[in-house]
Amino acid sequence: MINFLSTYGTQLISKTGQHLYISAFALALGVIVAVPLGIVLTRMKRGANAVITLAGVLQTIPAMALLAIMIPIFGIGSTPAIVALFIYSLLPILRNTYLGMEGVSPDVKDAAKGMGMTAWQSMIRAELPLAAPVIMSGVRLSATYVIAWATLASYIGAGGLGDFIFNGLNLYRSDLILGGSIPVIILALIVDYLLGKLEFAVTPKELR
Amino acid sequence: MLLSMEHLRKEYANGKVAVDDFNLNVDKGEFICFIGTSGSGKTTTMRMINRMLTQTSGTIKINDKDISQMDPVKLRRSIGYVIQNVGLMPHMTIQENIEIVPKLLGWDKEKRDKQAHKMIDLAQLPEEMLQRYPGELSGGQQQRIGVVRALAADQEIILMDEPFGALDPITRESLQDLVKHLQEDLGRTFIFVTHDMDEALRLATRVVIMSKGKQVQIDTPENILRHPANEFVTNLIGEERLIRAQPNIMNIKQIMRKNPVAISPDKTLSDTIDLMHDKRVDTLLVTDDQDKLIGYIDLDDVSRNTNASTLVSELMNHEVFYVQDKALIGDTVQRILKLGVKNVPVVDDDHRLVGIVTRTSLVDLVYDALRGATDEELSSPFNADIHAAANRDEDDSKDDNKDTEKEEGSDGQS
Ligand SMILES: Nc1ncnc2c1ncn2[C@@H]1O[C@H](COP(=O)(O)OP(=O)(O)OP(=O)(O)O)[C@@H](O)[C@H]1O
Ligand SMILES: [Mg+2]
Repeated sequence: MINFLSTYGTQLISKTGQHLYISAFALALGVIVAVPLGIVLTRMKRGANAVITLAGVLQTIPAMALLAIMIPIFGIGSTPAIVALFIYSLLPILRNTYLGMEGVSPDVKDAAKGMGMTAWQSMIRAELPLAAPVIMSGVRLSATYVIAWATLASYIGAGGLGDFIFNGLNLYRSDLILGGSIPVIILALIVDYLLGKLEFAVTPKELR
Repeated sequence: MLLSMEHLRKEYANGKVAVDDFNLNVDKGEFICFIGTSGSGKTTTMRMINRMLTQTSGTIKINDKDISQMDPVKLRRSIGYVIQNVGLMPHMTIQENIEIVPKLLGWDKEKRDKQAHKMIDLAQLPEEMLQRYPGELSGGQQQRIGVVRALAADQEIILMDEPFGALDPITRESLQDLVKHLQEDLGRTFIFVTHDMDEALRLATRVVIMSKGKQVQIDTPENILRHPANEFVTNLIGEERLIRAQPNIMNIKQIMRKNPVAISPDKTLSDTIDLMHDKRVDTLLVTDDQDKLIGYIDLDDVSRNTNASTLVSELMNHEVFYVQDKALIGDTVQRILKLGVKNVPVVDDDHRLVGIVTRTSLVDLVYDALRGATDEELSSPFNADIHAAANRDEDDSKDDNKDTEKEEGSDGQS
């Protein structure tokens, strides 16, 4: 262990950094796209099912296949990896945003409108805050997926902790395999814990 | 006219006609109650007023402006609204909830804060509650917040959809007093949906009775009790309430005997005795040449005097207890009974003698009212009505003062 750290310490830190960077980038894109999309879907009931099904289908494409498809489009490196992970992150966020917004009590929406809030004000001041816990738990789920799958990104040259694992597999070096996978697990747990905190923070006091 | 609704019709997308040919004109300061069976279109009608729903046809105008030409958001901010299920924002404190509309209207923080405190006082809840969340309040407390939230921006028109549904009778009554005060003393206009006939009769200046999307009757509570338009209305009011309400809706004119025996002041004592003998009465009312009541003369006065040519004007008593013909029976009966007089003269607005109320006709009425109540009821509903009438007396004291003083200040006959 000490041995591994002294040899690969700096590499470990930079790979973890890469790993986090890819994951965070993909997740951020996922949030930026899926949350508004989820909200839009609640306003157009008919399209909602179709879009959520489509996102579900994207989710079922094997990770390796999806990464492979990215190469002809985006070449190699971190860009295709981020795009692929972004696609994976969409479904849980999209679904939870949709469910969260749909779950806001119709009385609250009615009162908001009845008191003279515009559709936008109703969304920002009433519906989103109430849907936030559900949306956050979708983000949390996506984050865990993305961190786990970011390991595969090393396959298309995006770097990250996956580099250790694939090297270890190639060289039959279990210390490298463990040296890559344990940090991934720890990273996933920490992020999940932090986002859990955030989820609690955005939950309205009395709904906790 | 503040609000006018003409030929309103609402047909939902599924073909259901919820409101059909609804017409109503509302003046400033009125308190309109919609009442009717479930599904009769009360909520639908109300929601067209603030454009939460759009009518299929018909026109709604506020201050002569067609609301379909207004910005719906601005319109809604200018109308207070309590939805049927309260609808407090669970993620906002009570204070934030109350301040929603003032904030939308751009009031500054200080003014909003002041208003929030005023509103929590109005709701008769402690100020600490402002910092709590709706989930920490009881259903009744939430409803009270819902009500004052709709009042927070001082809007002229306030729509309330069964706002007091989940309240205990005492809280309910205090909130009824509150809205009635806002209407009577501050001139706010209310459109109020209720299922409770007592509530409607108590609060409304006019009641709109609805059935299956149609208006069945629109009138003052008194007139509705007096002349229910049809059997549906009678059933809605309830037989018992109709009988019980009689002292409060019938006026003296309806039970008085017309053509009382009267004499003019320039007649002599012998004329008086003849007339008394003729009509077999021991008291004569004295009226001037315009039929105005100016006093009375009774057998006592007559027998004390021996000069047959003495004029009535010299003998008569000027102090006479009388009632106005349009006074409600409930308001006067107790006073009459307490005084112990047998007959009370009735005068019209110009103080002209128009009739007489006999003690027996009052006793009949009391008997009817009591008989109308069920035997199980311990307290007499008639008394309850008298109390209600007495309370109302106090409320309306501005208008009634004159009459009351006159009547009470001149009870010399007993
Ligand atoms: N969105 C809707 N689509 C179709 N029909 C509706 C809709 N809303 C109400 N209705 C129907 O219109 C009729 C009137 O409904 P409304 O809610 O106005 O009744 P209400 O008098 O307020 O009843 P309640 O006393 O139960 O609140 C009912 O028959 C109801 O089923
Ligand atoms: Mg209703």
